[in-house]
Amino acid sequence: MRRARARLALAAAALAAGVVLAQERAIPPGELKSGSVFLGSDLRALQNDDFANPGMLWVERGERLWSELAGKKTLACASCHKDTSMRGVAASYPKIDKASGKLVNLEDRINLCRTGRMDAEPLRYESEELLALTAYVARQSLGLPIATRIDGAARAHFEAGRAAYHLRRGQMNLSCAHCHDAQWGKRLLSETISQGHPNAYPAYRMEWQTIGSLQRRIRACLSGIRAEMLPYGSPEYLDLELYLAWRAQGLPIETPGVRR
Amino acid sequence: MTRKHAVAPAIAILLAYSQVWAQGESVRFEAVGDAIPRALTSEPGNAARGRSIVVNRDGGACTLCHAVPGEKNFGNIAPTLAGVGARLSPAQLRLRVADSTRVNPDTPMPAYYRTEGLNQVAAAFRGKPLLSAQQVEDVVAWLATLKEAQ
Ligand code: HEC
Ligand code: HEC
Ligand code: HEC
Repeated sequence: MRRARARLALAAAALAAGVVLAQERAIPPGELKSGSVFLGSDLRALQNDDFANPGMLWVERGERLWSELAGKKTLACASCHKDTSMRGVAASYPKIDKASGKLVNLEDRINLCRTGRMDAEPLRYESEELLALTAYVARQSLGLPIATRIDGAARAHFEAGRAAYHLRRGQMNLSCAHCHDAQWGKRLLSETISQGHPNAYPAYRMEWQTIGSLQRRIRACLSGIRAEMLPYGSPEYLDLELYLAWRAQGLPIETPGVRR
Repeated sequence: MTRKHAVAPAIAILLAYSQVWAQGESVRFEAVGDAIPRALTSEPGNAARGRSIVVNRDGGACTLCHAVPGEKNFGNIAPTLAGVGARLSPAQLRLRVADSTRVNPDTPMPAYYRTEGLNQVAAAFRGKPLLSAQQVEDVVAWLATLKEAQ
């Protein structure tokens, strides 16, 4: 009897925790929509056509770099990694790097291999090479659902990311949530606001006339509300990336996206 | 005796005013309920200038969110401004333009006449309100003319 009651209490607690988790998500899993849904049909068609998608140029370049020798150890990525070994990897980032205990995104992870395993210089954020390698690695996860972990050491980063996401900032005094949770599907002047997901990055943006990282896109939003921009790779951006990945959990990767 | 009492506060107000003028950028207003009864400037608002601030991207850029009479290109995040002059008094309009968060703490509408309590404002805009006091008055003057719901 006592045991049954204890078990019931436990079940109730678990249920309550589940409810809290579900309520935490401003956009429930069933309503998740990729940014490509909010594009015109022309751009969506461009993204879906491998031969016309301009972002594929970087994927191809990344494929070449993958087997190019570099660094003091004259190794290539392909020296250690099989071509197929990157399937699903991008869907699990950002992730805690076991060696350093730090949260890293895919760009950082690639640079860790360059510096730590190849004795090569790290590649600069937004450099053609880093964008190409990141796009190539992310492309291996095409169609796979985002599945990042927020337990263990990642938890504190997740909480920080959530706070950053909800912080009003800039001269326009807006948080990410004001646009991407509360107003998605509506128009800001003539641009339809999406749910702000990371699943298409690096993505080719017409306005940039090139491919760019998720952090470049976040910085574009910050500049739009006249908020401070932090240097690429800042801890706050990584935390935000983790929170974005969590709220997009289950959404398939579609790198390289095409965007306005 | 009674006279002296009346004069002293008047001087205090004058002093306060000149201080605001001297600093130029000092951003202050007094809200009463859901309104700012006292105009922010001594020069009355100019409705024609107000309209161009409302629709101009470098001005108030209100069309980012609001439909505005006479404009074809606008967002649909907020209710139309058509008829707003009939729904709200100039004093109420003034508070909504100056700092809409005083009316709805979770509003997406930027506070156009506020510099305090903002986070991570880009250096080029720090300490500057989105609109000057005169621009707020101009916008309020034009909004007050929007009597007809369309
Ligand atoms: C004023 C509204 C606004 C705010 C505030 C805002 N964004 Fe955006 N964001 C946009 C618009 C508009 C776009 C481009 C269209 C779209 O939503 O894809 C965009 C695009 C994005 C995208 C790319 C989505 C895609 O599929 O390509 C991401 C990711 C994003 N924002 C994240 C953020 C983050 C993180 C913040 C807070 C730091 C933020 N945004 C704040 C309006 C906003
Ligand atoms: C000398 C061998 C070596 C080379 C060369 C190398 N890596 Fe790695 N890489 C590893 C090992 C070992 C791991 C396992 C994780 C670790 O380092 O703790 C790894 C992990 C990774 C991961 C993360 C996989 C995961 O499941 O999270 C990525 C992405 C990656 N490497 C990309 C690259 C790229 C891109 C290059 C070329 C620029 C490269 N690596 C070069 C050895 C190498
Ligand atoms: C980022 C979006 C956004 C921008 C830009 C914006 N507003 Fe608003 N505004 C709103 C929303 C949303 C409301 C509805 C009330 C609320 O949610 O607070 C609103 C409400 C109002 C109201 C009250 C309307 C009523 O009927 O009660 C007025 C007046 C107003 N806005 C004027 C302006 C003016 C003037 C500008 C430009 C100087 C402007 N707004 C710019 C989003 C915006």
